[in-house]
Amino acid sequence: MNKIKTIDEVMEFIKDGQTIMFGGFLAVGTAENIVDAIVKKGVKDLTIICNDTAFVDKGVGKLVANKQVKKVIVSHIGTNPETGRQMNAGEIEVELVPQGTLAERIRAYGAGLGGVLTPTGLGTVVEEGKTIIEVDGKKYLLEKPLKADVAIIKGSKVDKKGNVWYSKTTRNFNPIMAMAADLVIVEAEEIVEVGEIEPENVVTPHILVDYIVKGGER
Amino acid sequence: MIDKNLVREIIAKRVAKEFKDGDVVNLGIGLPTEVANYIDKDVEVILQSENGFIGLGPAPEEGKEDKDLVNAGGKYVTMMPGGACFDSAMSFAIIRGGHVDATVLGALQVDEEGNLANWMIPGKMVPGMGGAMDLVVGAKKVIVAMEHTAKGAPKILKRCTLPLTAAKEVNLIVTEMGVIEVTDKGLVLKEIAPNTTVEEVIAATEANLIISEDLKVMEL
Repeated sequence: MNKIKTIDEVMEFIKDGQTIMFGGFLAVGTAENIVDAIVKKGVKDLTIICNDTAFVDKGVGKLVANKQVKKVIVSHIGTNPETGRQMNAGEIEVELVPQGTLAERIRAYGAGLGGVLTPTGLGTVVEEGKTIIEVDGKKYLLEKPLKADVAIIKGSKVDKKGNVWYSKTTRNFNPIMAMAADLVIVEAEEIVEVGEIEPENVVTPHILVDYIVKGGER
Repeated sequence: MIDKNLVREIIAKRVAKEFKDGDVVNLGIGLPTEVANYIDKDVEVILQSENGFIGLGPAPEEGKEDKDLVNAGGKYVTMMPGGACFDSAMSFAIIRGGHVDATVLGALQVDEEGNLANWMIPGKMVPGMGGAMDLVVGAKKVIVAMEHTAKGAPKILKRCTLPLTAAKEVNLIVTEMGVIEVTDKGLVLKEIAPNTTVEEVIAATEANLIISEDLKVMEL
């Protein structure tokens, strides 16, 4: 089974109205080449799940700036003034989620869980509209799972079967997103032969990856 | 009016004295980051960076930046020997699970109950909470490091008026005027800056202050 495709080939899977997860933290660990291709393709009304909306000219921020996004589910928008501007103008919906809760909601879907109970957000606006559950005398918020049609992740080294290794802080949300979407596309900085990543150093196992795209260093 | 840089230095220096050897600490963006510069050389503090690693080191020399190694503010950093990387779920399991000894954050407002507001001003500034809500709930000790007032207006209030980051989680407030502990009885002024009077601290604070019987001068 050959999972390696060109960027143009994987663009056929990206459609208007989809929910797409993007790995990356302030664009570090984001598949920039795939983001560029989505900007070029110009699909609209996307819901984007990412840690943040990065910058106007970097990471998923480019999709926001190009007005391809109707909703973002993120922990932070402060580094991309365009997200704030569109939010205030009523052009984009912003769901702010505490970073750890965002991670757990994504992990929960990928792990087949019905949600997570977290103390984060109790006594704040985050609890509005949510169920509070008491366990052994302690209160928690019920936070529901998050899934996507497509997860676009970035690997530093990806072998030809799709095993992924992440360099340093590029890992962030990538491994959990690889478990929470119907289709997983990984942009590889470097594609290596099977066996070059030691099995115990594989972070995302190949069974989770559908397609591999060669991205190069960015 | 003392110099702004000196104010930040006083706060950072005093916060740095809170840590003991082996502590795992998360420092927020801005002033809290500067705390790292003043930690005693004999005290090994392991810095956690919520974007996914422990062993945060100082900024790299110019030209030696690694594009894959940034802190939670997206700035290039280095990693100390023995550092370790992990994904965001693990990072926040470490934070929320009580494996971080202390977190240091700035504040817009903090109040008598230890409530903290530091993530938004409705209608003005809505950057998002990032990792702050998890850090404040999860860290064993929450230290607020901030200037005592904002343009002369108190930031230590009877009750926060801005949307909260977390309820009743702050343990210690360190400003250029003093060190205040949050207790069941209220806010206790434990230390006071050199050349500052108790009356001056009270005047700059909206919240009621209990003056410690054992009030000390801040050691810097």
